[in-house]
Amino acid sequence: MAKVFIDNIEYEVPNGKNMLEVALSLGLDLPYFCWHPAMHSVGACRQCAVTNYRDENDTRGRITMACMLDATDGTRISINDQKSKDFRAGNIESLMINHPHDCPVCDEGGECHLQDMTVMSGHNYRRYRFKKRTHINQDLGPFLNHEMNRCIQCYRCVRFYNDYAGGKDFGVFASAGRVYFGRSEPGTLENEFSGNLVEVCPTGVFTDKTLKKHFTRKWDLTSAPSVCHQCSVGCNILASERYGTMRRVMTRFNGDVNGYFLCDRGRFGYEYVNDEKRLTRAAQKDASSGSDPVSSVKAHIASRPKMIGIGSPRASLESNFMLKRLVGAENFYQGIPSNEADVINEVLRVLREGKVRTPSLKEMEDFDTVFVLGEDVTNTAPMMALGLRQTAKTLPKQKAYALRIQHWNDAAIREVVQDEKGPFFLATGYATKLEEVSTSVYHGDTNSLLKLSEAITNEIRSGSGDNQSGGFSHQVAQALLASEKPLIVSGTGMMSKSIVQAAANIAGALKDAGREVGIVYAVPEANSMGLAMLGAAGSLDDAISRVNNEKDLTAVVLETNLFYRTDNQTASDFLSHCHKTILIDSMENECTQEADFILPAGTFAESDGTMVNNEGRAQRYYQVFKPNNDMRSSWAWLDMMINQTEEARPYDDIIREMLEANPALEKIKTLAPAADFRIGTQKIPRQTHRFSGRTSMNAHVSVHEGKPPVDNDSPLTYTMEGYHGKPPSADIPFYWSPGWNSIQSINKYQIEVGGDLHGGNPGLRLIEPNENGITRFEVNSAGNNSGRYEVLPSWHIFGSGEMSAMSPAIEKRIPDVYIAVSDKALEKAGLQGADKISVRHQSATITLPVKVDNSLPDNVVLLPYGFKDTVGWRFPFKGELERGV
Amino acid sequence: MNETLAQILIIVGVLLGTVTIAAGLIYVERKMLAVWQQRLGPNRVGPFGIFQVLADMVKIFFKEDWIPPFVDKKVFVIAPTIIMLSVLMSFAIVPFAPGVVVADLNIGLLFFLAMSSLGAYTIVLSGWASNNKYSLLGGVRGAAQMISYEVFMGLSLMGVVLLAGSFNMTEIVNAQKGMWFVIPQFVGFVIFLIAGIAETHRLPFDLPEAESELIAGFHSEYSGMKFGMFFVGEYLGITLVSSMITVLFFGGWLGPAFLPPIVWFLIKMFSFILFFILLRATLPRPRYDQLMSYGWKLLLPLALLNVLVTGAVVLYNH
Amino acid sequence: MLSSVRSLWMVFLKMFKKRVTIKYPEEKPYLAPRWRGRIVLTRDPDNNERCVACNLCAAVCPTDCISLQATEDENGRRYPEIFRINFSRCIFCGLCEDACPTYAIQLIPDFEMSEYNRQSLVYEKEHLLIDGMGKYHGYSYYDQAGVAVGVKPKGGGENESEPVDVRTLIP
Repeated sequence: MAKVFIDNIEYEVPNGKNMLEVALSLGLDLPYFCWHPAMHSVGACRQCAVTNYRDENDTRGRITMACMLDATDGTRISINDQKSKDFRAGNIESLMINHPHDCPVCDEGGECHLQDMTVMSGHNYRRYRFKKRTHINQDLGPFLNHEMNRCIQCYRCVRFYNDYAGGKDFGVFASAGRVYFGRSEPGTLENEFSGNLVEVCPTGVFTDKTLKKHFTRKWDLTSAPSVCHQCSVGCNILASERYGTMRRVMTRFNGDVNGYFLCDRGRFGYEYVNDEKRLTRAAQKDASSGSDPVSSVKAHIASRPKMIGIGSPRASLESNFMLKRLVGAENFYQGIPSNEADVINEVLRVLREGKVRTPSLKEMEDFDTVFVLGEDVTNTAPMMALGLRQTAKTLPKQKAYALRIQHWNDAAIREVVQDEKGPFFLATGYATKLEEVSTSVYHGDTNSLLKLSEAITNEIRSGSGDNQSGGFSHQVAQALLASEKPLIVSGTGMMSKSIVQAAANIAGALKDAGREVGIVYAVPEANSMGLAMLGAAGSLDDAISRVNNEKDLTAVVLETNLFYRTDNQTASDFLSHCHKTILIDSMENECTQEADFILPAGTFAESDGTMVNNEGRAQRYYQVFKPNNDMRSSWAWLDMMINQTEEARPYDDIIREMLEANPALEKIKTLAPAADFRIGTQKIPRQTHRFSGRTSMNAHVSVHEGKPPVDNDSPLTYTMEGYHGKPPSADIPFYWSPGWNSIQSINKYQIEVGGDLHGGNPGLRLIEPNENGITRFEVNSAGNNSGRYEVLPSWHIFGSGEMSAMSPAIEKRIPDVYIAVSDKALEKAGLQGADKISVRHQSATITLPVKVDNSLPDNVVLLPYGFKDTVGWRFPFKGELERGV
Repeated sequence: MNETLAQILIIVGVLLGTVTIAAGLIYVERKMLAVWQQRLGPNRVGPFGIFQVLADMVKIFFKEDWIPPFVDKKVFVIAPTIIMLSVLMSFAIVPFAPGVVVADLNIGLLFFLAMSSLGAYTIVLSGWASNNKYSLLGGVRGAAQMISYEVFMGLSLMGVVLLAGSFNMTEIVNAQKGMWFVIPQFVGFVIFLIAGIAETHRLPFDLPEAESELIAGFHSEYSGMKFGMFFVGEYLGITLVSSMITVLFFGGWLGPAFLPPIVWFLIKMFSFILFFILLRATLPRPRYDQLMSYGWKLLLPLALLNVLVTGAVVLYNH
Repeated sequence: MLSSVRSLWMVFLKMFKKRVTIKYPEEKPYLAPRWRGRIVLTRDPDNNERCVACNLCAAVCPTDCISLQATEDENGRRYPEIFRINFSRCIFCGLCEDACPTYAIQLIPDFEMSEYNRQSLVYEKEHLLIDGMGKYHGYSYYDQAGVAVGVKPKGGGENESEPVDVRTLIP
């Protein structure tokens, strides 16, 4: 601890911080631009100027930048003295010289850090009478809007985009007053994390293009704390609504998971919620009975038919549980094909029974050596890739620390690190983007990856190995052994149980060698882990075979598009073999045509629930708004079915029932405050205290204002009434603090800036490693060997997500569908120069345009996963190549 | 037989007369307030708006007489009737003209004091029964205020009683044939006037219903004719206190013979009613603690002193 | 005490002063040009809508009776898709006019807008938008604002220099 003096008041502060962090952590208001809690200080904007005094006798002091001033014992500064106040006011006046007069049409207006800082510094009148410089804007693709006139040259965008996220197609141009931030030519920003520029930019240079289409000010949004449903990482998001449609997604800070950032799929993939194809009303195929659809479903359930349930990895734990309760455990099936289900179940088994701990996303950044086995992390779990990019800098940074450069001194550290990367190895089926930060890579089919990992495991266990054959395994094994904290990253991307086991074996060997090893698996979907933890009688395939054998079965299909999970023929056979089908889903799809009953389910925006991410972290998400139609949480529909009631029971009752039935989920009880939680006597409002249009929004329907909707499921209200202070960390619906309207107000919610939220980060880990657990797993050999080519799924951040792919902005970024092969493979098959080729597996064939990728091993062929043309294929499979027509 | 008939006539006359005057005051008050505020006041219903009273009555009779679900229903219904009853009962002892009095009791003055004390119940009970914190506060204030001012209201009249040597109202009037008691009992008159305003909780002493702080206090929850009873009860109260001032200090019906006694009485009474309205048009409402300390620390000693001095003078003259 | 008596006397004397009441509707009152009455949306000198849907009027409205939704034309010029004022809630405080950065929303000297049906007091954009500039002549927001939305080229506004050439080497 260090003793510092700010405005002659003594504070005890932790060591190793700079004075800006210290001041902000103490709750003092000090303006800043270039400093960012995740990217630290460069001292460029000159806005956090303070007066630094030598000792208590020094009356003159000198102006210095707080962000570049180490908070050591006896540091004495003044924030509120006239000299530094004048300096800051003068500085911001200069910054504002060229800032255009366009706040009213700027999307940042009302949540603009520049506005806040201008007000804070006291500059309010433009004295400069000369012309303002202007810039030509660029079209940056479907995600971001560019308005360079607003730029104040803080350099945060390049520091994030290039240095933090590893972007290549963005930069800073020109000099002096002409400095320009953009691409060398107009075009889509390619980095997967470009959306963070919206939050990183202190003003409105980069704004959310999807929001622009239905623009709403921050204060008019009804927001709820939510969890991203687009991949298994479970980033925390703030989802916002107005006039019954979703408006945008922003980062919800969670120090253990996503921190300050989100990937573009998570940020812009929300738009499907507003799609025209949403199911909004309960419906039935046979309307001749005359009763309404909901009563028909209830009546059918009351007649006690033989039921099977199809659970879903994109539905919440509660919904899956209620389905299991409705149909009975022996009739509950996971709504994913057996190959996927097996891999996910294996991941769960490894994490539960294994001795190696799986770190959180935040903890991943502290490891020093990385080995990625068979996973295209950038595309299956993008935020994990962003974390791994930081992990790659762990060792080089330590060099800088050894030179006594402070942890926060970003520019100096970068100067030392340059392009150096830590030991970072990739062994994958195809070339992935993380190779940019890797030391060495290996590409191979499943079998060769398994052989490789076996060699690595053996070398770690024995200490010596084969350093002749290519040397890659030797290199990896030695690097892992040399490391204090090695991290093994794998996942379900290759759809191979053996890969999961092989990764676990490497980690296990390291654990036995006394290393502080971590293992991380990416799994396919938001609640894949939760579904696996609930346990089921089997996979979708088992359900299909049961339907084929038994008649008179009623299938309750929960948030599963059978035509996405399996091929068209199987799906339509399934539906026609069922006596009745009850579909609970949110989007119109091929299933809705065939289902006998349809109950519209809420997406993450219209439902409450709990998700379990790849780490086994349970996270609660809250309903954002009550739509004006039949939509509700799936568990609510199921509860109404089970109890034959008109209204579902409150969420807390469902949770209680679920925890009674699943003791493994026990911790969920304390995950978030119960619905009867009050601060004083008040609930927590989803709307800001400035929410406008309350008496006018629905006036065109009726001028008589009805009672606002009531939320019995959570401690949040749908109105602006309630407690406007800081809520518990799990229930933060938006960030705001007096004078801090921008997202930077997160500072005020943290114990110390950049650190954990007050009351701890939300979410609880359900899986902890078993101290006496297994470190050696039996590796099942890979499947059949007929066919010359192994067809692997290639993952796409934009396109491989079932729901996000339906969002217009994401749709524009989805690549054309293809079959990727190397030139060598084409040659081998005698298909040189073919535009289209076919892959044949048993009786099925798929024909698509060729994409040549010479990084591929010559026995590997890639098909994009989850695209419209490739659904229903079970990866990995062996196939033959043919010339396509 | 004739005597009984005359008595019934007087009773009916007094009853109708007072209630009509009270109802008419609705118009008078609005008009006079306007006059003193340089406005026109009611001018749309009939010539000079004189049918405003009728319009208001029609309105108030047709208003929904709503009893909120959370109130103590029986007490809630009874409370407004008490004020009407107690004030109307007090009129029984007021001599309007020689012989025109419902009950010429020899303890007339005590009867008046007793009846006006009953008025406290209406405020307390309605405030309590409304089950609303504003109403309850109004009720509590009303009770404290009325009980405090009751004390020196009675004391201030002792001087009159000492001079007249009787509690009988007719005799008090007759005792003023030489000189109106307002001259020897000026202090008593001022105290009684102030206490009278407080008793009827008129502005500036309307703290039990203070709109700005208690949103109408004890009658917040009342509507329709129940509210109307409070309303008319208040005007009846004004009329009563004005009559009492006339009787006790200004020689009642006494006056030069060119006008009949009843007319003298009404002229005097109306002057005081107008004075009440002028007070409302002029003075702001004091703070509650000011009201209480004003009563107990100033008016009470003054009233006692008045009794003492009057007693001494009467003894000396004796 | 004496001051109270004096006040009573002064108020009493008001009896003999001239009345201030105006007998509306027989007599129409004088309304100052800046009278805060019915709210209108005005147009700029080029006859385009002045409103840029910035939401400030709605934010400042103490009764929350204004609601609007922004949208953009093909050039990115922002305008309100819907603009609704619930006059049954409006208190004519004029804060919306104060808050408006483009002089679009203005309160005009007209208060005669009673209706028998409350629903008729809900005014949509077509009821609010007038064909003129209202009280402020000649002002066009986009001449000042540093955005190019089809109204002017980049750098074509008042007090704006030509767009920077980022490729120049001249210091």
